[in-house]
Amino acid sequence: MTTATVPAPTPSARGALRRAKRRSTALGLLAWAAGLAFCLPALWMLLTSLHAESDAATNPPSLFAPLTLDGYRAFFGADTGVTPWPPLLNSLGASFFSTVLVLLLALPAAYALSIRRVRKWTDVMFFFLSTKMLPVVAGLLPVYLFAKNAGMLDNIWLLVLLYTSMNLPIAVWMMQSFLADIPVSVIEAAQVDGARLPTVLARVVAPMAAPGIAATALICFIFSWNELLFARVLTGVVAQTAPVFLTGFVTSQGLFLAQLCAASVVVSLPVLAAGYAAQDKLVQGLSLGAVK
Amino acid sequence: MPHQQRRRGTRVRAVAGTAAMALLGAGCAGAGGTAFGGGDALNVLMVNNPQMVELQKLTAEHFTAETGIKVHFTVLPENDVRDKISQDFSNQAGQYDVGTISNFEVPFFAKNDWLHPLDTYAEQDEEFDQDDILEPLRDSLTAEGKLYAEPFYGESSFLMYRKDVFEAKGLTMPPHPTWTEVAGLAAEADGAEPGMKGICLRGLPGWGELMAPLTTVVNTMGGTWFTEDWKPQLTSPEFTKATKFYVDLVRKHGERGASQSGYAECLNNMTQGKTAMWYDATAGAGSLEAADSPVKGKIGYVPAPVEETKSSGWLYTWAWGIQKASKKSDDAWKFVSWASSKEYESLVGETSGWSNAPAGKRASTYDNPEYREAAGAFADVTEQAISGADPKNPGVQPRPVPGIQFVGIPEFTDLGTRVAQEISAAIAGRQSVDKALATSQKLAEQVAKEYR
Amino acid sequence: MTTAVGTTPQSPPRPAAAPDRRRTGPRAWATRAPLLPALVFLIVVTQLPFVATLVISLFDWNSLNPDKRAFNGLDNYASVFTDAALRESVLTTILLTAGVVIATVVLGLALALLLDRAFFGRGLVRTLLITPFLIVPVSAALLWKHALYNPEYGLLNGALSWVGELFGDTTPSQPDWIAEMPLLAVIAALVWQWTPFMMLILLAGLQSRPAEVVEAARLDGASAWQTFRYLTLPHLRRYLELGVLLGAVYIVQNFDAVFTITAGGLGTANLPYTIYQTFYQAHEYGLASAAGVVVVIGTIIIATFALRTVSSLFSEEANRA
Repeated sequence: MTTATVPAPTPSARGALRRAKRRSTALGLLAWAAGLAFCLPALWMLLTSLHAESDAATNPPSLFAPLTLDGYRAFFGADTGVTPWPPLLNSLGASFFSTVLVLLLALPAAYALSIRRVRKWTDVMFFFLSTKMLPVVAGLLPVYLFAKNAGMLDNIWLLVLLYTSMNLPIAVWMMQSFLADIPVSVIEAAQVDGARLPTVLARVVAPMAAPGIAATALICFIFSWNELLFARVLTGVVAQTAPVFLTGFVTSQGLFLAQLCAASVVVSLPVLAAGYAAQDKLVQGLSLGAVK
Repeated sequence: MPHQQRRRGTRVRAVAGTAAMALLGAGCAGAGGTAFGGGDALNVLMVNNPQMVELQKLTAEHFTAETGIKVHFTVLPENDVRDKISQDFSNQAGQYDVGTISNFEVPFFAKNDWLHPLDTYAEQDEEFDQDDILEPLRDSLTAEGKLYAEPFYGESSFLMYRKDVFEAKGLTMPPHPTWTEVAGLAAEADGAEPGMKGICLRGLPGWGELMAPLTTVVNTMGGTWFTEDWKPQLTSPEFTKATKFYVDLVRKHGERGASQSGYAECLNNMTQGKTAMWYDATAGAGSLEAADSPVKGKIGYVPAPVEETKSSGWLYTWAWGIQKASKKSDDAWKFVSWASSKEYESLVGETSGWSNAPAGKRASTYDNPEYREAAGAFADVTEQAISGADPKNPGVQPRPVPGIQFVGIPEFTDLGTRVAQEISAAIAGRQSVDKALATSQKLAEQVAKEYR
Repeated sequence: MTTAVGTTPQSPPRPAAAPDRRRTGPRAWATRAPLLPALVFLIVVTQLPFVATLVISLFDWNSLNPDKRAFNGLDNYASVFTDAALRESVLTTILLTAGVVIATVVLGLALALLLDRAFFGRGLVRTLLITPFLIVPVSAALLWKHALYNPEYGLLNGALSWVGELFGDTTPSQPDWIAEMPLLAVIAALVWQWTPFMMLILLAGLQSRPAEVVEAARLDGASAWQTFRYLTLPHLRRYLELGVLLGAVYIVQNFDAVFTITAGGLGTANLPYTIYQTFYQAHEYGLASAAGVVVVIGTIIIATFALRTVSSLFSEEANRA
């Protein structure tokens, strides 16, 4: 079929081609317009963070006001002498350690739900997902009372445990999907060679599921970093995380828009960077591994 | 094969178990909470107001340098900070040693024994000069005969107006205006300059936002929230008249977006010349007379408008309370007495100007010539407003509990906010005042039942 | 499941491939063992607090009056069912979730369709489009509340003023967005944040369409609309279901946006906010716990129905292995 030479396009076909091209360019422009319009609030946030406070809150908006780093300086403690590094490090620590713990728990669990499935594995998967649907705020008080009595208030490890439980269902679902893609023959070959489960997991499964593990890690990191409610209620001075610190810039007495935007930009940077760098992994993660 | 599988299973369990134990172990090691960051640092939770922002910087440079006590501050917006303070203090969790409470919380925090009494400290600390604290504030922070908090700064309310605009329009502000006069002036000043409205009044829902000025208007027009025997009076003729007056005034001659305007928005309006008058906290004067304010020197100050009472300004203070469960109450007192001292006020006066000093709590501040020079325009009116406030008897009839712009019961934060939401909806034009008050009356009835 | 493996004659049948009829015994436990740490951890951390909540819900406990704490049986549950505010917040939650999910799916689909074809700078546009999702949620809520919706200096009213000035209008309308359309304001902010989520899922679905089928349809003279309706949509069904399910799971729990933008006022209080308010503002621990228990039970019932749609995803999984 394909060996026949393609005939030269007739005039009408050429016209159709031009129309198609024009439509294509038009749609491309529309996509650009949509992208910019949709991202406008975020771009506005960036611009406002570079304005002085008095310029940030004018009506009509001052687009071309002089740029300044005052907002960032305020965020980094020029007025109060308080630096944001402790909360940022706390957020980093909580997100990192909870992600590591989640992976350590989820990988074997996913193995037991995909490669060597337990009976009623669908029920187990349902159970995991159903815990995601429970309103966390209802369980907040018992956790608070327990933490208070155990002396674990204002302790970053409490947050690590809670974030782990928050992300574990997602991670199990994702890893289950990624591991189910691994050809069984590879694993069998390893087992025939006498490898035990941890070795199989570490030497055979993990490298093959590495992209999946990366996607899982990315999503868990993002959700832990963003979490606000537990952090606000259960932490105080020592373990305060970045989102809570961010809310402290809102004041009912005075202008704060530029500072707040600067704070938002800095606090969102890690998530933005991670998300931009791994957009494909982001899709896989968000869809619990169903979309690859 | 079965042997291998079993061992594999136990292996996995062992690995996972060890990892978990290691993490738990690390967690317990850090479970002291203050393991890193300073076991003997003071933890202070405070609201995010400009005075507090200043305090953070000066504490590190002066207090910590002099006494060696490190202070960790957590700063949150007002609603969040109230939630967190009552959560921490009511559970005696001890996360914070000091919190910014107000004369609203002191009575029931004290009754439940959540606060450290400060009498002994204050008596022994002569430098602090407890008697210098203005009497109404001292009284409002005392419960059952004991002192429980020290004010950081106090405020009442008064009426601020643009002297220059009034002069240009030929309007005169009486020295002790009534609300009827103010409504008339607002109508005439409306549109005096392009884009300028007659008056700015709070409309943002919140027991400390809309409800504060509205309650003072209710008080002075003869209304009250509850009678002495706990019968809610929100649908009484006086309360209704006062609310209708407030809502109509703000809808006709008030700022745009009134139902979302709180203190900050009205301050912004006043600074940018979008309103001719502003009835609000005395703290507003400090910002209006700041060095870079475009309306510096153009504002006149008169006492809060009245109708049937002698005065109607509210009484509020952000004060330092020391949690009973705190193990560092001595250090906490050192901090509190420093932050509320005369020296601290001078320090702020020297570093950033006297109009920024946390005033409104000491009589000596108003005798200080440097302060009077910077704050002359509003100093006297502020002091009179605070001294003349009578929380026990703010209206024309007796009250069950003290409180001018609030009802001194813990349920008021919830009740006041819900009622404020109803009235704010009326300001936005989404319902009538009568309907708002009828709904509010039912809510108040539920609360009153508990106290009868 | 595991039965499909045995089709290849070369590989020896896996020892544990045959469904193990015995529930106990070392083989079954060895299979279960890797699952246990995660399962046990999750049960301990999520179910134990629930039991505690259950216990607390049987007490009349106001933390501001700790001496008056008393056992009062099922009174709290009676209050929960007769509380108009709680019923309203259930309705609000449903409206909020449905509104956000529907809007994000429609908008996400439109954006995905635009991104489906190649054009200059497509990668950059995609990056721009996913940005809203990557901003910390509380930041985004604060941004909408203060920088966009504020009637005095927000961007929306600022834009209206600016346009008004262009046309010589000195008193442009400056609506009070949050006061006039509170629930829509919260929905708009959430839609902005979650549309990239739907867009990415649907885009992946679009790009997994078999190209030959689409090409064949085009050659047969099918219009764009017909291709979309009869080819694309059915293929996307699985992705739509996934997006809707996941989106609903996340939005139903949303707390930050409601708390930040309207503080639960003006009829926007959803269930998580109402429970939070009962705990931390009204300080009624017993009542809030009872509300929490009721919500959990309701969620379980709904989840059982909703998760059936997920079984369609499972059938694909099963077929793959």
